[in-house]
Amino acid sequence: MIPIRDYPAEISVVRNRITILFTIILLLVLILVARLGYLQIHQYQRFSTLAQSNRIDISPLSPIRGLIYDRNGEILADNLKAYNLEILPDKVEDMDGLLHELGQLIELTDAHLKPFRLLLKERPSFVRQTLKANLSEQEVAIIAVNQHRYDGVGLRARLQRYYPKEDLTSHVIGYVGRISKSDLKKVDTQAYRGMEYIGKSGIEARYESMLLGKLGVVQVETNAHGRIIRRLEKTTSDTGKTLYLSMDINLQEKGVEAMQGYEGAVVAIEPATGDILAFVSAPGYDPNPFVNGISETEYDSLKKSDRQPLLNRALSGRYAPGSTIKGFISLVGMENGISGSKTSYCPGWYSLPNHTHRYRCWRKYGHGLLDGHDSIVQSCDVYFYRLAEMLGINRINEGMTRFGFGKQTGIDLLGEPSGLIPSPEWKRQRFKQPWFPGETIITGIGQGYMLVTPLQLAAATATLANYGKKIAPRFLSVVEHPSSQIKQRVAPVELGTVKLQDDDFFTQVIDSMQDVVHGEKGTARGIGMDIRYRMAGKTGTAQVKSIAQDETYDDENVEKKFRDHSLFVGFAPVDDPKIAIAVVVEHAGSGSKTAAPIARKLIDYYLLERLKLYPEPPADQLAGLNGPAGPSS
Amino acid sequence: MNQKTSHVDYPLLIAIFMLCGVGLVVLYSAVGENISLIAKHSIRVGLALVLMYVFSRIPPKLLARWSPHIYLLGLTLLFVVLAVGIIGKGAQRWIDLGVFRFQPAEIMKIGVPMMVAWVFSRLPLSLGFVPLLCSVLTILIPTVLVIMQPDLGTGLLIALAGITVIFLAGISRKLIISVIVLAGLAAPLMWALVLHDYQRKRILTLFDPWSDPLGAGYHSIQSIIAVGSGGIWGKGWLSGTQSQLEFIPERNTDFIFAVFAEEFGLVGVAVLLFLYCFLVFRGLLIAYYAQDTYSRLLAGGLSATFFFYVFVNIGMVSGILPVVGVPLPLMSYGGTSMVTLMIGFGMLMSISRNKNLLQR
Repeated sequence: MIPIRDYPAEISVVRNRITILFTIILLLVLILVARLGYLQIHQYQRFSTLAQSNRIDISPLSPIRGLIYDRNGEILADNLKAYNLEILPDKVEDMDGLLHELGQLIELTDAHLKPFRLLLKERPSFVRQTLKANLSEQEVAIIAVNQHRYDGVGLRARLQRYYPKEDLTSHVIGYVGRISKSDLKKVDTQAYRGMEYIGKSGIEARYESMLLGKLGVVQVETNAHGRIIRRLEKTTSDTGKTLYLSMDINLQEKGVEAMQGYEGAVVAIEPATGDILAFVSAPGYDPNPFVNGISETEYDSLKKSDRQPLLNRALSGRYAPGSTIKGFISLVGMENGISGSKTSYCPGWYSLPNHTHRYRCWRKYGHGLLDGHDSIVQSCDVYFYRLAEMLGINRINEGMTRFGFGKQTGIDLLGEPSGLIPSPEWKRQRFKQPWFPGETIITGIGQGYMLVTPLQLAAATATLANYGKKIAPRFLSVVEHPSSQIKQRVAPVELGTVKLQDDDFFTQVIDSMQDVVHGEKGTARGIGMDIRYRMAGKTGTAQVKSIAQDETYDDENVEKKFRDHSLFVGFAPVDDPKIAIAVVVEHAGSGSKTAAPIARKLIDYYLLERLKLYPEPPADQLAGLNGPAGPSS
Repeated sequence: MNQKTSHVDYPLLIAIFMLCGVGLVVLYSAVGENISLIAKHSIRVGLALVLMYVFSRIPPKLLARWSPHIYLLGLTLLFVVLAVGIIGKGAQRWIDLGVFRFQPAEIMKIGVPMMVAWVFSRLPLSLGFVPLLCSVLTILIPTVLVIMQPDLGTGLLIALAGITVIFLAGISRKLIISVIVLAGLAAPLMWALVLHDYQRKRILTLFDPWSDPLGAGYHSIQSIIAVGSGGIWGKGWLSGTQSQLEFIPERNTDFIFAVFAEEFGLVGVAVLLFLYCFLVFRGLLIAYYAQDTYSRLLAGGLSATFFFYVFVNIGMVSGILPVVGVPLPLMSYGGTSMVTLMIGFGMLMSISRNKNLLQR
C-alpha cells in the first residue's frame, strides 16, 4: 500500500523543525561563547598564571662559598674539587648489570646502592643521580678510563669545603655540614635553594651570611615532562665574601704543639685591636669528616672521648681563675681605697674572726710581711683573703664585672658563655642559700663559685695592657669582595674604658706583674730567664678538689682528674703590648710549672719570629738585658 | 522544471576552504612545525575535496537509492571489526585494507542519517509505531556496535545524527518528551551496566577535573588552562606555551581547539565559531529549500550532525562536556573523519544544486 502523501504539509513540518533546530543550535553556540568568554576573559588571570607556572621552572645556581684566610693569607677554609659518580638512568638499559659491573671496578656497598635505588624510583629518569660521592683519586682514574664502555655513566666535579689545617683550626673555623631540617627553620629557605651545605659551628656559622654568597637563578622553560627546553633568564650567583681572620696560623700551630698531650686552652690577643692571634682548644679534632656527615662510630668516639675534643675550651670552658685574677682584685682594692702599699702579715693561713677554719696560703710556712706589690709577685693568698674580706663580695663583683668577667666578651663566635662572678643575690637565686663570709675569702684568690673562660682571661689581660681600654676580641679583620677584590678592614669594636681614679693603679699592678716574671721572687721567674723583652704576667693554680684541713696536697700522688689546673695570664712587651695571652692547662699542676712556660714559648715565637722584634743581640750584651733570674721551682 | 541555478554552492565551499585553511595553520603549530605531517594532512584534505566534488555530482535521488546499501555495508563492517576485535585482543576500531585503514564507524556517521532519511522519505510523515520502531532500531544497532568498540563519543554522535533526522521528520512532541523522560530514567542503568570504568571516570572528572589533577582530570585541566590563558587576543601563532610545551594532550587531534584558543584568543574563537555557524546555517538553509523529503532530512541531519561534532569537541576542550574522543571537524589531524565530512558536504552541495528541480 502506498500511503497518500501530503507534500505541502510535509514541507511545512520539516521546515518548522529546521527552524527549531536552528534555534537549538544558536542556543548551544551561545553556551559555548559564554563558556569561552568566561574562561578567556573572566578567568584569564588565573589561567594565565597557571600556564606560566606550568612552563617556567626556576633552578637555583649555587654560589661558591667564600674562602677563609689567616692574617698572613694562609688558607684556612678552601673549596676543593670533589668527584661524584653519576648515572643518567635514561641512558642505561640494564641498570642491575651496570651496577654489578661498576661494583667490580670500585667499591660499592649497600650504603651507596640503597639510596641510589631510592633516587631511581623517586626522581625522573632524565636527571643524573649520584651513585657515589667523593671518589678517591684512584677511583676517579678507574672510572675515567672505563667510562666509555658504559652509557649514562659520568663523573661530576663539584666544590666541597676543605679545611687544610685540620685540627689546628677546628675550634675557630668550625665546619659546614649538610643542611638539616632544623637549619632550615633558622634561615631564609629561599636563599638556600639547591644548596648542600651550611655553616654549623665556629666562623663558618657566625659569618654564614657573608660566606654563603648569593644564589643565582636560571629560569628554564620545561615541557610537561619536566625536560628543559631552553634557558630563559640567568642571574649568575655571587661568590661568598673572602674573610681574613686576625689569627696567625703559625702561632696557632705553635700553641697546638705546646698543648700537645694536655687538655686546655690558649687565647692570644693583640691588645690594641682585639685581634685574636691564637685560639687553641686542646685537643682539637679534624673537621673535614663533618662536611659530608661524619659516621656514627667516628662521632661517638669523639663524643665519648675523656679528652672531650668537641668541647671548645677556649670559648666555653669555664674554669676557676685561681691567682690569675689577683692583679684585677688588687685594682679593685685600690679603686676602693685600699692602697697597694698597705702591708699584711702572712703566717701561712688566714682565719675569719671567731672562726676556726684556716684558709691556707699556697706557701705552707707563709710569706711573712708583704705589701700589695709583693703579694702579687709571690702570689700570697693570705694577703688576698684579707683584701677580699675588706672589700666584701659586692665590691669584688662590681669591680671584676667592670673588667669584663661574668659577661660575654663580644667575640665573633656563637655560643659564648658569660662565666660567673658570684654575688649574694646570685647565690640566693641559684641555691636559695645565704652568702657565707668564707665564700668571699676564697673569691679573693679566684676560687669558689667564680668561673671564667680562657677567652675572658685573655680579654681582661688585654684590657689591663691597654690601661683599661676595652676592645672586643674578634676574628674577622678584613672582608674581601670576591668580584671587585676590594678589601674592607673591619674596625675594632671598642667597648669603653675601665676608668680608674688614678691611672697609676694600672702602672702599679703592671709593675708587680712584671716582677712576677722578671723579679727575684716572682712565681714565674722560671720563664724570665734569657728573655729579651719585658713581660707582665701572673700565674694561677686552680684547685679542682678541696683539700681537707689536715691533708697536704701532693701533686704527684693525686689522681690526674683531681690535680690542679695550671694557669697563666700575661702580655708583652710591657711598654708597647703586642700580645696578651691566657693559658689554661687542665690538671697540670701549678701555673708556673706548665702554663707559664707555654705562654713564654708562644710570646717568644710571636714577638721574635713572627714580628721579628728584638733581634738577637751580640753575645757580650746578653747578660745585661736579662732580668734577674732565680732558680725555677 | 527549472535549470540548475549553479554548479557549486559557493558560500558553502568558501566556508569549507576557510576552515580547512585555519585548520592547516593551527595544525602547523600543534604538530610542532612538522612540515611533513602538514604535507600529509594537506594531501588528505585534497583527496577529501576531490571526493566532495564527486559526491556533489551525484544527484540526491541516486543517494536515496544507495542509502540502504551504504547502511548495510557499514553495518557489516562494524560486525567484522567487532569480530576481529573479539578474536584478537582488546579494542578494535580500524579495518586495515593494506593501502589505508579506515573506521567503519565513520561510514555510519553518514550511513545512519541517510538510512533514516530514506526510511521516512518512503513513508508518510504521520508516523506510525512500526516505522518509528524500525527507524529507532536502524539507529540503535550501529550505535551499540560502535559503543562496544568502545567509542562512546562517536557512538553517541551517530545516534544523535539519526535522532535529528527523526526529529526533522516530524515526530510528535509528546513522543519527544516521553523519550527524554525515559532517557532520564535509563541514565542510571547505563551508568551501572553499559559504561566502562574509564568512561565513568571521565564523566566524574567532568564535574570536577581538579579533584584528580594528575590523573583523570589532567587532560581536562591542561586544556582548560590553555583555553583560559589565551585571553582575548591569544598568545600568538606558534607561541602557545601550553601547546608548544606539550601540556595539551592529543593537541593535534581531539584537543586542537585548545591550541587554537590559546594562540588566537577569544577573538580567534569568535571568528572560528562564526565560520562553523555559517557552514551549519548554510546547510540548514539548503535543507530548508531542498527539493524533496529525503534531501531535506539528509541535509538537515548532516548539518546538525556537523554542528554536534563542533559543539561536543569544543564543549569537551573547554570543560563543559566530558572528555570523549571526538575530533574537531575540518581542523583535527586525521584522514577518515575528514573524508566522511567532505562526502557529507558533497551531498549537501548536490542537494543544493538540485533544490529547484522539483520545487513547487
